[in-house]
Amino acid sequence: MGLEGIGARVVRKEDKRFITGRGKYTDDIVLKDTTHGVFVRSPHAHAKILSIDTAAALAAPGVIAVLTGADLAGDRIGGLICGWMIHSRDGSPMKAGAHPAIAHDRVRHVGDQVALVIAETKAEARDAAELVEVEYETLPAVVDPAHAMDADAPQLHDVAPNNLIFDWVLGDEAATDAAFANAAHVVELDIINNRLSPNPMEPRSAIGYYDPSEEHYDLYTTSQNPHVARLVLSAFIGIAPEHKLRVVAPDVGGGFGAKIYIYPEETACLWASKRIGGRPVKWTSERAEAFLTDCHGRDHVTKAKLALAADGTFLALRSDTIANIGAYMSTFSSATPTYLHGTLLSGQYVIPAIFTNVKAVYTNTTPVDAYRGAGRPEATFIVERLVETAARQLGMDPAELRRKNFIRSFPYQTPVILTYDAGDFEGNLDKALAAVDYAGFAARKAEAKARGKLRGIGFSSYIEACGIAPSQAVGSLGSGVGLWESAEVRVNPVGSVEILTGSHSHGQGHETTFAQLVNERLGIGMENIQIVHGDTDKVQFGMGTYGSRSGAVGMSAIVKALDKVEAKAKKIAAHLMEASEADIVMEGGELKVAGTDKKLPFFQVALAAYTAHNLPAGMEPGLKEGAFYDPTNFTYPAGTYICEVEVDPDTGKVEIVQFVAVDDFGRIINPMIVEGQVHGGLAQGIGQALMEGVSYDPQSGQLLTGSYMDYCMPRADDVPSFKVDHVTTLCPGNPLGMKGCGEAGAIGSPPAVINAITDAIGNNNLSMPATPAKVWAAVHAA
Amino acid sequence: MYQTTYHRPSSVTEAASLLASAEDVKLLAGGQTLIPTMKQRLAAPANLIDLGKIAELKGITVSGGTVTIGAGTTHAEVNTSADVKAAIPALAKLAGGIGDPHVRHLGTIGGSVANNDPAADYPSAVLGLGATVVTTKREIPADDFFAGMFTTALDEDEIIVRFVFPVPEKAAYAKFANPASRYAMAGVFVAVTGGTVRVAVTGAGSDGVFRWADAEAALAGTMTPAALDGLTADASAMLSDIHGDAAYRANLVKVMAKRAVAALG
Repeated sequence: MGLEGIGARVVRKEDKRFITGRGKYTDDIVLKDTTHGVFVRSPHAHAKILSIDTAAALAAPGVIAVLTGADLAGDRIGGLICGWMIHSRDGSPMKAGAHPAIAHDRVRHVGDQVALVIAETKAEARDAAELVEVEYETLPAVVDPAHAMDADAPQLHDVAPNNLIFDWVLGDEAATDAAFANAAHVVELDIINNRLSPNPMEPRSAIGYYDPSEEHYDLYTTSQNPHVARLVLSAFIGIAPEHKLRVVAPDVGGGFGAKIYIYPEETACLWASKRIGGRPVKWTSERAEAFLTDCHGRDHVTKAKLALAADGTFLALRSDTIANIGAYMSTFSSATPTYLHGTLLSGQYVIPAIFTNVKAVYTNTTPVDAYRGAGRPEATFIVERLVETAARQLGMDPAELRRKNFIRSFPYQTPVILTYDAGDFEGNLDKALAAVDYAGFAARKAEAKARGKLRGIGFSSYIEACGIAPSQAVGSLGSGVGLWESAEVRVNPVGSVEILTGSHSHGQGHETTFAQLVNERLGIGMENIQIVHGDTDKVQFGMGTYGSRSGAVGMSAIVKALDKVEAKAKKIAAHLMEASEADIVMEGGELKVAGTDKKLPFFQVALAAYTAHNLPAGMEPGLKEGAFYDPTNFTYPAGTYICEVEVDPDTGKVEIVQFVAVDDFGRIINPMIVEGQVHGGLAQGIGQALMEGVSYDPQSGQLLTGSYMDYCMPRADDVPSFKVDHVTTLCPGNPLGMKGCGEAGAIGSPPAVINAITDAIGNNNLSMPATPAKVWAAVHAA
Repeated sequence: MYQTTYHRPSSVTEAASLLASAEDVKLLAGGQTLIPTMKQRLAAPANLIDLGKIAELKGITVSGGTVTIGAGTTHAEVNTSADVKAAIPALAKLAGGIGDPHVRHLGTIGGSVANNDPAADYPSAVLGLGATVVTTKREIPADDFFAGMFTTALDEDEIIVRFVFPVPEKAAYAKFANPASRYAMAGVFVAVTGGTVRVAVTGAGSDGVFRWADAEAALAGTMTPAALDGLTADASAMLSDIHGDAAYRANLVKVMAKRAVAALG
């Protein structure tokens, strides 16, 4: 390992501009003649639009246009799409209702956009937006997924009777039910996986710009995947042909999934720029708008059960889930509760029979889609809560019950599609047990009791499927796109290198990590490496960043391109040094003839490639190579988290006194960045477990958690100093052996926290977020 | 934010005369509630009178068994004042627990008390210590000042000038913070002043800050946490929301009262 190579704790290159205020975010971009858009939004959860009177708004100072759903329909702009087809158990396709970028005849959630007011200044647009008169006929609303299919529930989309989008199953129902019928023990749980608001620090923003002279569109947007945005906006929504649309996602301040999707607002801004004759239209979300319109995460209601033999051997698992999709199907909303969720229900265990049924329903709420972890936290919560509950029910040690049922040989084919390729689940557990001092827990509990505190310990041995994903496999499961990644390595004549990647960094530190890979391979200093991403005009193509895929998939594409660069450089070096190509080795930035003292620095080879004065016969000049990488399998990060809490029985306040995270991420490029990812993920997972929960009024459908006064985000003093460690088994499926680390913390931690609290208070009936009020009630109900 | 006309008087007299003459007016102290409310367009006063540059509203003095704090004194100034720490340490500590550093360096005691947010900390200290609210028109005893949520005895044309706190024998404040906003879900200020026990509760009551008479009576007998064991705060008078129902808040009131008593020393 070099100072800047793989495995080094290199300080993040990008942080200098971020922490000195020189990051360039979408809202920082000021195009000539920019206009400002403000959306008029529905104050009702469900209503018919009877009329929209824009006259007063149009007459207001500075107003350029007021656009409505009728204008959008008149221009034949298509609706937003959901890009993953799910079929119900009866074979019928999912029932996706129309999702216009501006509501036309009906609004379906508070915050649904009804008109776009465009003015010279943002203040003028905002003033004018208040003058748009919308006459509504309010309709009853349903927000609770458990009641969405009730006979008397209001209907959101005609295409989806009973608000049912799909009724999906995975696994062998007959075998599962038979295993339950014959099991010595059955453990059952009712679970609510709480609805979360993603809250990236940078709010969403978009600038749409149409150049009439070129008939060309530019979209600057807060996206995790600009190429996918371009594809969807052109091929499906039909705003512009793909070659006439450039999408730029510059610095993006956090995404957590919420910036994957193609939203109404950027669609409307892009379209509106043409409507107003080619002036840029800029919209930047306010925080209150973000709470109402950024896609939420989770919101599952589940009945789950685990069958065990008398000795604690797992026999079968079944879950029945209602997944809240919200008012419209967001871009990947169908994949999250199905193939990102049901496929993980085997956890780290040998479970011979598994069956799951997921019913996805519409409600009068903000659309729900993937949020850090996306389906896998829901699966992990089911499995790890069941296992912990089983240990208590059977009087077994929760660590030992896990150990007894761990998968130990690989590859392992689960009953729910996935083939785990590598792992050391017992190694993770043992390291975590040692780190937490499990043997000393009883003494710590007794000491806490003497202080009037209830101390508890909880486990979570999670597994996730990352490295999304083998294109053929996801295609067969309904994905509308392939999930490969592309990269280009551009060696300049002076030997510096630009990496153009289809991955997108919005906090992950790609500019550092990816450069470390180049440093390792080519021996070039970090200062001579530039990572280019986020611009469809620069990067050939890309599928973006989500699902912890940038290392396992994005860097694999870079490796493939580097392989090609290296091969060509070796050919040139061999030619220049009159040696056999097979004898050339690359080491420390030099190409050497093995066993001799002949060598050439890499930059001289690069220069030779571009001067082309003396290249091998027939070789093309230049040193620039591109590659596409399609994964061969998912990757399987896994680990054991142990949480130790103290509960104040008088107030219900939970203090996390210890949190140990042992993860197996395969190859780690930059341990500092990986630790940061784990810390952030843990904070979000602890946030879900203890604090965060989107709440709607059940009757009116009004959002009750519309600001940080009521939506509780974890602060630094809410989380402990984490103990983070690793076990490493390399992923056999990609060249670097990487598995991915971006979501693990958020996936693994919620059940550990809830298991710890329920252990402390002796009452297993506790839902997330475990707020002090809920915990206090559970303590006193026990 | 809508357009507003901004006034910046340099004296209380000038402020009072502006207040009397202007229509649709709001007083701006530290602005920690009013400015966000205006930015959300939930408040839209035509005239804004900024009290922030009036020197006579600032400052802390201790004399003759009282601590006098100008209405324009920030939470940070109260929190760090050596005089307050020496005379009424519970008050200094309370001020240090309001909001975050930004709020504490802009927010003022006068603004907080005049707003009378049912979850604000200061009203419990003013009521618990039996302070006097001195305004441009009169002196109002704390017991007569608070009149329910966001409501006070202040007239439309009246400005708080200062607070006069009697120095207690002992006092303590215990607060259970709302996990999201970190306002009080229950904050209990217990003080013994001139031999009299006062227990003031903020954050929990559906009618704003209140004195818990049963607790005062119990503690008048024995000033120990155990003296409150037999009491139950009246849940029917408590707030209920997504953060905690009335029963939970009633419990918190008792728990915080006991902790405040324990902290009296």
